[in-house]
This record gives sequence, structure tokens and C-alpha cells, in this order.
Amino acid sequence: MAATIAHGWFSATDTNRRKIATSEPFWVRALLIALAVSFFGLFLLLPLGVVFAEAFKKGWAGYAAGVLNDDALSAIKLTLLVAAIAVPLHLVFGVAAAWAIAKFDFRGKQLLLSLIDLPFSVSPVVSGLIYVLLFGTQGWFGPLLADSNIKILFAVPGIVLATIFVTFPFVARELIPLMQAQGCDEEEAAVVLGASGWTIFRQVTLPNIKWGLLYGVILCNARAMGEFGAVSVVSGHIRGRTNTMPLQVEILYNEYNFAAAFAVASLLALLALVTLGIKRFVEWRLAASGKQQAFIERGQS
Amino acid sequence: MTALPLAPPRRAFFFRQHSVLPGFSLALGYSVLYLALIVLIPLAAVFLKSTELGWAGFWHATTQPRVLASFKLSFGASLIAAAINVVFGLIFAWVLVRYRFPGRRIMDALIDLPFALPTAVAGIALATLYANNGWIGSILAPLGIEVAYTPVGVLVALIFIGLPFVVRTVQPVLEDLEAEVEEAAACLGANRWQTFRKVIVPYLTPALLTGFAMAFARAVGEYGSVIFIAGNMPMVSEIMPLMIITKLEQYDYAGATAIAVVMLVVAFVLLLLVNLLQAWTQRAHQRN
Repeated sequence: MAATIAHGWFSATDTNRRKIATSEPFWVRALLIALAVSFFGLFLLLPLGVVFAEAFKKGWAGYAAGVLNDDALSAIKLTLLVAAIAVPLHLVFGVAAAWAIAKFDFRGKQLLLSLIDLPFSVSPVVSGLIYVLLFGTQGWFGPLLADSNIKILFAVPGIVLATIFVTFPFVARELIPLMQAQGCDEEEAAVVLGASGWTIFRQVTLPNIKWGLLYGVILCNARAMGEFGAVSVVSGHIRGRTNTMPLQVEILYNEYNFAAAFAVASLLALLALVTLGIKRFVEWRLAASGKQQAFIERGQS
Repeated sequence: MTALPLAPPRRAFFFRQHSVLPGFSLALGYSVLYLALIVLIPLAAVFLKSTELGWAGFWHATTQPRVLASFKLSFGASLIAAAINVVFGLIFAWVLVRYRFPGRRIMDALIDLPFALPTAVAGIALATLYANNGWIGSILAPLGIEVAYTPVGVLVALIFIGLPFVVRTVQPVLEDLEAEVEEAAACLGANRWQTFRKVIVPYLTPALLTGFAMAFARAVGEYGSVIFIAGNMPMVSEIMPLMIITKLEQYDYAGATAIAVVMLVVAFVLLLLVNLLQAWTQRAHQRN
């Protein structure tokens, strides 16, 4: 320490050399940051900004007129309904799949994992098309449905099915790695202590996975409410009846009713921002609990 | 422990390791049933439907000039967009991991915006920005550059939706890169550029390729963010998913199915590729 103070010039060159060795010159750093910031502004901030700017172009009155009319309100209601059906279904499936895959070791596990991920790699339009092929008038179940007077295609059930398909992997794929990392020690201890299966899940597993579960659920919800391509194929675009919010945006935009289109779009953009906010918060919580876990393990060893 | 089998032989074949935890059959049974009903049976319907066409019908449906033009545009624009995303994704990951600057945390959080923003919203926002009277379009128009309602518009939309894939696959790998490796390179006399090219880039290559494949796969199937800015002119700016919609509107179910089968096969091949690349990334990771 004394030597560094005495030979100030030495310490200076020393830190300089370290900087040169594992960091970039100032102009490279500045250039890279400038590139990233301008690309960020151009491709992410401007599209987000234009949504709100266009939505409020005609002031609050124009905005309210866009959002508070019968068609828009029924689109909002349908969107909420679809998410309220799809998300709980995937919650149950995600927990069941993660329990089987993370807590047990069986043949075919890798295949099951890949199959769960499958809907992510299918184009939204193809996801809609498969339900047309199943339930359309020329489809497998088409004649049967027509005879019994059940409408799936161009009606709410079709929209729900298409949404369920595209949001399929969200909860499961967040939970599986988390539960795999946590292992089975705590649950096995609970078995030894005589706890029943349901008690183990509620008292041991659920508190451990609650943040991961929330993470999967909010991502699933955002996609369920925002899905466009798949829903567009099966909806039939009947105003006030089978239009979800993204479909309502499309119709208004194609009618050159830009203020109303962007007003409804701004609600969806807000949903996206809230989703990202909660996602950040959960990531922070998961990191905090992960650190705690690591801290406890280090203390034990 | 070794002498006494804990489960009957048949179960021992299925289970790689015995477990005392309950609920396996219920959890697995429910998962497989739900998976079959929602995903597998409907997907099988597409392939079965396409067999009704026969080879000649399939070939005819997929080689019409308008369909071929949409294949070319979709694959071409997706390739270019994914390549641009690799370059900027690496810059973003690098800047976010290595540098501290004002707004870094906001940037880090908003990188996922294309995942969270509904595609239709992104689509109308981009179309409005790049239209001739839009914020960006009005700057580009006097220069003679038209983006909206041209194939370049398709490219812009595909860059937007693909960016987070590369950033989010490269970022964690870059965070795990030990400083010692770069210090060692410096000690051996490498300058910064040599260290980047010979040490950091090879280390990041599996992650970059994974991000590229994921961005490409997403871009090929993307619909909502593209159709508003594309203009959808036949032979010029129609993408593959739009061709399916067009065929459906003409009640040409067979034609739509044939294009869907091509897209599904491409998607499955890409999924396999991504899985292999991820396994490679993990192996490279463990070696370090």
C-alpha cells in the first residue's frame, strides 16, 4: 500500500495496463454503446412511442371514444375471457408436466420435453389452420358438428382452442428447469415425515416454485391476450362477437380509423409494459432466492 | 442397495431411477393426454390432410409462381434479418454485460419488448413509422428510400421480432465467461482485437448460432407484425403465412395445407437444429 502511494506513477500505469489488457479503448466503448442505443431507439422505443402518440393524437376525448365503444368493449371482454380460460388450464398442465418431468427419471422424458416445446416453433397461422382442418365444414369433425349444431370455428370455442395451442409451452417450460434445479430432497424428507401427496405439494413444492409459476403465468397471459395470427384464422372477424383486441386493432386500422386502432393498441402495449415490469420483478426475486439458496449451501458445506 | 430391486422389472425398465414421491402416474397421464388432445392430434390432422393431395397435387400447390415467390421472400428476408440480429444482438449483449451507462437497466428490460408486445400492435406501429408521412418514412422518402409496403418493410419487421432471441441466448453465456481467459490471452501478448476474435468469438459461437436459428425460425412463421408493413403485393411482398390465409379465403384448403406442411417441416428441422446447438452450447459451457 505504502509502495503504491510512494510510486504513484507506477500504480497509474499498472491500472492503465490492466484496462488496456481486458477492456476496449474508450472510442470503441463509446461507439458500441452509441450503436446499441441508436438501434434500441430506432427499433424498440420509436415503435412503442408511436403507439401512444397516435392513440392520443385527438386528445383524451378521441382516446376515450376509441376505447369506450361497444365493439371495443366486447373485444376487451372476449380477450379477458379467452385468457381466463387458457391460463388456468396451462397452470394445471404446467405443474403436472413439471412434476412428472422434474421429479422422476423415466424413459422418453427428452421426447416429452421436445413435444411440449413444439407449439413455439409452429407459425401462428398454421396453428389456426389445424383447427380449421379439424372443425371446418370440410374438416374431420365438421359434418358431426354441423349435425349437432355446435359451432367451434368462427366462434368463441375456436378462438379459445387456438389460443390454448399457441400458449401451450409457457408455464411448463418455466417450471421444469426450476424444479429440476431444486431436486427432490425436500419432498423426500416430507414423505419420510409421513406427509400425503397433496400436503407435500402445497406445503413444500408450491412455496418453492411460486415465483417461477408467476413468471410462466404472466408470459402465458401476455401471449394469450395478444395472439393475432392463430386467432385471426379461426375467428371469422364478426364484430362485437368474435373479435379479440388484436383483431379489433386490425379491423380499425384497415378502415383507416387510426386513432381508434391505436387507442385499443395502446391498451395492449400497456399490458406488454406491465408484463415486462412484473417479469423483471420476478427475475429479481428468483435471483435473490437463488443467492439465498447458494448462501445456505455454502454455509452447510 | 444393489441386491434388492426396489421395483418390479417392468417398472424398472421404464423408470431410470426409483422414486418415493407420489403422483407420477396422475401427473404424467394428465400431461400426455392434454398434449395429445391439444397439440399432437391437431398437428397430425395437417399431415393426414396433405396426403389426400397426393404427390402431384402437393407439387402443384407448392410450385405455383406466387407461392414460390412467397417462399423466396420469407426465407430470404428471414435469413438477412437473422444475420443482422446476430450482429446487433452481440453488440447489445456485449454492451449490457460489459459496460455501465445511463439507461442500461431500461434497455435490458425493454429488449424483451418484441416478445411481450402483441404482433398486431408492432405491425401497425412499424407501418405507421415507415409510411411516407411517418416519423421515419418522412425522413427516408426524400432520399428515395421506400420501406413500407416493400420487401424492405418485411425485413424491418423481422429484425424487430427476432432481436431478443440473439441477445437473450448470448447474454448469459457472456456473463459466465471468466475474466481469467481474457487475462491469459493478454498475458500471452494478444491485443484486444485478437482476444476478441480468437478467444471470445469462438466461445460465443454456439450461442450465436442458436440465437440465429431461433430468430430465423420465428421470422419464417411470423405473421402479425409483417402483414401491415408488407403491403402484400402478389409476387413482390407476400410472405408464406399470408399465402395460407389467401388460400383459405379462396376455400383452397388443400393448397393451404400443402404450404402449411412445408412450413411445419422447416420448423421441425429448425427445432431439431436449435436443440443440437443448445446441447453444443451446454457442452462448450461445461468445458469452460
